[in-house]
This record gives sequence, C-alpha cells and structure tokens, in this order.
Amino acid sequence: MNNIMNNNKIPTLKLADVKEALRAEILVGNDKLDISVTNGASSDLMSDLLTGPTDGAVLLTGLNNIQVIRTSVIAGVAAVVFVRGKQPNTEMINHAKEHGLPLLSTKFTMFSSCGRLFAKGLRGVEKRK
Amino acid sequence: MSNLTKSFNVKPRDFVGAGEASIKVQEVLKAVGFEEDLIRRTSVCAYEAEMNIVMYGGDGNISLNIDPEKITLNITDDGPGIENIEMSLVEGYTTSSAKYQEMGFGAGMGLPNIKNNSDSLEINSQKDKGTHLKIRFKVKG
Repeated sequence: MNNIMNNNKIPTLKLADVKEALRAEILVGNDKLDISVTNGASSDLMSDLLTGPTDGAVLLTGLNNIQVIRTSVIAGVAAVVFVRGKQPNTEMINHAKEHGLPLLSTKFTMFSSCGRLFAKGLRGVEKRK
Repeated sequence: MSNLTKSFNVKPRDFVGAGEASIKVQEVLKAVGFEEDLIRRTSVCAYEAEMNIVMYGGDGNISLNIDPEKITLNITDDGPGIENIEMSLVEGYTTSSAKYQEMGFGAGMGLPNIKNNSDSLEINSQKDKGTHLKIRFKVKG
C-alpha cells in the first residue's frame, strides 16, 4: 500500500491504490499507476463536477458517454472510474488516450466504491465558494 | 505578450462534438502558460457556455481574447435567447428536458458556474435574437 501519512495531513493515494481498493480494471493509463490522486468526486451530473476544484481528483461515475471524458479534461480530473461494471466505448477510450486521462472500471456500486476509497483516507471535493 | 485572439465555432445539438471548442480554449491557455487555477476557471466557463449553446442555442461561436491584463471570452449564438436571465442565474433552475438530464446535463448550474468562476459576467439576450456572454478573467502579475 502506498499511502503516505504526512504530519496529520490527509493521506495521498496513488492510482494503483485506487485500482486495488476497487478491484478495478485499467482501460487507459497502465503507465500512470504512479500518479497521485488528491480527492474523490462522485457524480452522474457533469455540471456538479464543475462546481468545485476537481484538479487531481478521481471521478467515480455511472454516466457512460463522451461528455464524461470532455468534462473530466476540462475539470482537470486525474482519473475516471466507471462504476457498476460500465465500460466506455472505443470513441471514449481513444479520446481519453488523446488527452492522457486514465480510465478504469469497477464492478462495485457507486456507494461501495465511495466507501472503499473513503476508508483509504480519500476525501471529497468541497464547493469552491 | 501582446494580444491574441482565437475563434471556435459551436454547432447546436451536436452532442458528439460538444466540448471540443472548450478543450481547444484550454489548450491555448496551457500553451500560453497561465497558472492552473486560471486555466481551469476559464475552461469551465467556456465549457458551460458551449454546452448551453449545444443544448438550447443556435449556431454559436466562442471568441477567446488574451491581453496582458485579462482573458475575455465572448460567446455568442443566434438561438432563441434566454427567457428569464435572472432565474437562469439561480442554482438549480433549469429548462432542460429529461433527455439532457439522462446525458448528465441540465442540472441548472451552467450560468451559476460561469458567474462563480469568472471575475465578471455580462449577459445580453433577447427572445429570438440570440445571446451574447462576455466573460472576463483577470491575469495576475
């Protein structure tokens, strides 16, 4: 486990830790397992994602369309995990590769996925204002 | 750095291409080398406005202007206009259909997100005469 506890600060997870906690499959970004993930965000509403400072966050979502990729790129999301076993299509995968955005898929539900990452010390993105 | 202007067209109801113009805005800002928070705020505003054009507007355009003191987005479309500007700025107020909500949009956060992420926002819109958003961001230092 690569958790880093640093003087009472929230532990930072690596993408590899997220993959392990969610028993997830990596669809894009096998070379990015070492990147740090600073917060978690879970939503099926794209505008909700844009209300907070999501750069560096891992996004858990059940929404499975190309706009998830574009919104995530705009918002600076570090990685996207599709829950409930959802699989992005080829266009989404190519788009994610083009923008260097890791995509994962987990069979766990949204609720369970959030809980598993919260238990590892990941915290949510709070609203900007 | 002097002035730089880039222009990107937006097609209404084109959900396959929606968001591409805003990603190009983001790429320009990254190439200029602005700080990350400014890039994110500007890109979010461009994206929210672009999605509004795709969902509700007519043929549109995003014009990005950069000068030493500020970044300006002039976003226009020739669609039906915003019926109630005051209400459109209220978080959660939406005129979206179930179809848009299934896509993950229509949460009623578009214009509120633009207002919260920018340094100034001017909205000019009249029924059946289109819409013009002028969004400004201060460049520090």
